[in-house]
Amino acid sequence: MKFSGLQLLKNALNGQSGWAPHWRKASPKDSYDVVIIGGGGHGLATAYYLAKEFGIRDVAVIEKGWIGSGNAGRNTTILRSNYMLAGNIPFYELGMKLWEGLEQDLNYNAMVSQRGILNLCHTDAQRDAFVRRGTAMRLNGVDAELLDREAVVKMVPFLDFDNARFPIQGGLLQRRGGTARHDAVVWGYARAADARGVDIVENCEVTGIRQENGRIAGVETAKGFIRAKRVAISVAGNSSRVAAFAGLRLPMESHVLQAFVSESLKPLLDCVVTFGAGHFYISQSDKGSLVFGGDLDPFPSYAQRGSLAVFSDVAENAIAMMPLLGRLRILRNWGGIMDMSMDGSPIIDKTPIDGLYFNGGWCYGGFKATPAAGLCLAHLIAKEESHPAAAAYRLDRFATGRVIDEKGVGPSPNLH
Amino acid sequence: MLIKCPYCGPRDLAEFSVAGEAKERPKFVADFDSPQAQTLFVDAVYFRDNPAGLHKEHWFHAAGCQAWLVVTRDTQTHAFVNVELTRDEERLS
Repeated sequence: MKFSGLQLLKNALNGQSGWAPHWRKASPKDSYDVVIIGGGGHGLATAYYLAKEFGIRDVAVIEKGWIGSGNAGRNTTILRSNYMLAGNIPFYELGMKLWEGLEQDLNYNAMVSQRGILNLCHTDAQRDAFVRRGTAMRLNGVDAELLDREAVVKMVPFLDFDNARFPIQGGLLQRRGGTARHDAVVWGYARAADARGVDIVENCEVTGIRQENGRIAGVETAKGFIRAKRVAISVAGNSSRVAAFAGLRLPMESHVLQAFVSESLKPLLDCVVTFGAGHFYISQSDKGSLVFGGDLDPFPSYAQRGSLAVFSDVAENAIAMMPLLGRLRILRNWGGIMDMSMDGSPIIDKTPIDGLYFNGGWCYGGFKATPAAGLCLAHLIAKEESHPAAAAYRLDRFATGRVIDEKGVGPSPNLH
Repeated sequence: MLIKCPYCGPRDLAEFSVAGEAKERPKFVADFDSPQAQTLFVDAVYFRDNPAGLHKEHWFHAAGCQAWLVVTRDTQTHAFVNVELTRDEERLS
């Protein structure tokens, strides 16, 4: 069924009785052309683009929980393409363009809202760095504006501009950045992939990867063995564990990132703001809650909950940037597990095993990359070569020295 | 979250910095440009076992006694199983 204004009207009049489930509850077949491990945004987008762009429809997406139960529902939903390095900009800008057409493409309301993302600067050196970043963005066709203090005051007057230690001097604004509703993104991709014949198998954990004669043979799952000509791993947070099924060791550590949601407020903040003197980012959801987060916990973790030390650090950052938050109650707080790669950039590449592909290492940035990562992984699977926009995301770049270290901190995953 | 520093006793997480996986130094290879040496280097610097479970890692008591520690910790529960001085660890090996 296609969503339209007419459908909405019809169902408003017939007691909302005309809606059907968005995708089938598929049971796995014995074999597939392509099996994608992980039914998050990336895995579902990969299946969708395989079917839509490359005509490969004999595809299964295997998910250990239910759609939307993983990291797809744990992120803070920010979209942006304000990157600086040559290997990154084309990829994230491709993603931004896909977001801009996503809802029409999927016929699904993902609540994509290009409300702008504002990075604050507090020193001359930081402003210089923003000039450099903004210039790199504009040279690559991405929008970027350098704002002075007065322009920032006009946008977000309630920030602490005259803080003695880190007065706000201005900011770098990407107007096309913004937010989307993360659940709707995975639901939309699942529905669109399902409509093109993709089997979405939920509650089916992958327990092993089988190889025969140095080639991929299929995956062992809770629902039995599934044979596959090609297998892709797309399991943010658990990449090392799943790759280990195939005997692979990865250049990454798993870390926990906490996120916070406040009680609902009237409209207050109409863009995404990031603090430059600490690590803190905040936006307001359409329900009115403020959604925010900050640093990773410093140690590797698979526990999906963080420590109080980081909780209080985030709270201190919040008050330093936006003092009015002091009266606000936090309703929810949770932790999601990130694949922190050794240079802070992702990997979309073949593995040493024939027919096994890998997508992971997204650090903090997996959600915004959902459409582009899906398209590039689908391209890699279908054509056996990297999409031009993702050509730098090689697994062997750590050995060849072609690391993409946007933050410049080296192989310290907890600092990226 | 309290870490039992061998010198200072139980101290808060905020006093520490974490320097990642603690494992043996790679074997010394005299010819640093050889493929074998490069493989060992890349493996030691960039690749990790990243286990879900017990993990040995280096911690630094930055805002305390400044000792380097070897911490054995469960990455699934955050339970600290063992904390010892790096030098004790090295003496054993």
